[in-house]
Amino acid sequence: MELERIRFASEEKVTLDSIDQELIACIQNGLPITVRPYAEISQRTGMSEEDIIDRIAQLKEKGLIKRFGVVVRHHELGYKENAMIVWNVPDDDVHTIGEKIKRFPFITLCYRRARQLPEWPYNLYCMIHGKSRDNVLQLLQDMIDKNQWQDIPREILFSKRRFKQCAANYLTGSNLIQ
Amino acid sequence: MNALDKVIINNLQENFPVCERPFTELSKKLNIEESVLLKRIQALLENGTLSRFGPLYNIEKLGGVYCLVAMRVPDNELDEVVAIINDYSEVAHNYERDHDFNIWFVLATESVSQIEEILEEIETKTGYKTYDMPKLEEFYVGLKFNA
Repeated sequence: MELERIRFASEEKVTLDSIDQELIACIQNGLPITVRPYAEISQRTGMSEEDIIDRIAQLKEKGLIKRFGVVVRHHELGYKENAMIVWNVPDDDVHTIGEKIKRFPFITLCYRRARQLPEWPYNLYCMIHGKSRDNVLQLLQDMIDKNQWQDIPREILFSKRRFKQCAANYLTGSNLIQ
Repeated sequence: MNALDKVIINNLQENFPVCERPFTELSKKLNIEESVLLKRIQALLENGTLSRFGPLYNIEKLGGVYCLVAMRVPDNELDEVVAIINDYSEVAHNYERDHDFNIWFVLATESVSQIEEILEEIETKTGYKTYDMPKLEEFYVGLKFNA
């Protein structure tokens, strides 16, 4: 099926050995907050502290760990408004425009996605998290003015309620971690 | 939120040291006593400012599949439909948005076939169509916030 082909083409897979898989599952919910966190993981897994440090460094290097640190709940920090802005950009321009959007410091995410015609013509998504709606709209307007994007069809979808936000638990599933 | 919390949030969202005593290293860099730093991180986790402390994985590289899905559901049926969706542990985020397409959720699974199965089930249970918006190109994933 077409969507399947698109999805699998988008990212190259990396094969991990069973020890890496165990380590990934073991730290996915967080590191122990202690002086020697990797030594504590070592007690849980039976791997040596040194081996754990080496493997985590490699996972970072290979890009399997995108970021390593504290994960904040933006809502609790006062970023109460999260706007998803969707644009209908000609396919030939989408890459150039996406690259421009991502350089604005207030942009938190920027993706190209498949359209769902006829109901959904939008193919470029970005997000702005802000402390108020006015603040978000102002930032967006500045970006549009600077780039003369007034004529690109777009919509702004502000979030209303957060029904669910959690770390997905796909990593403990049987196919990935055995 | 005090000054120390701000320092932690603005400095610890990436590049946590991978060495025997990572907090010792951080405490020197930030000029904060290690025991104070540890206690404060723990407190921020407990009060919900931080959701966790650890790695953010590149799920797609690990072989997983992420998918953004939208639905159009009348307001008076919203709660019922949301309950059905949230029942799936594969649903990572779910937001109501101010639009005709009012439900937006993210599914994270190990395979495309699982996504398709879950979406079919949701459509059957709710009676509403799901719109699957697969990612074609990623320009930026920052999701970093300043306190």
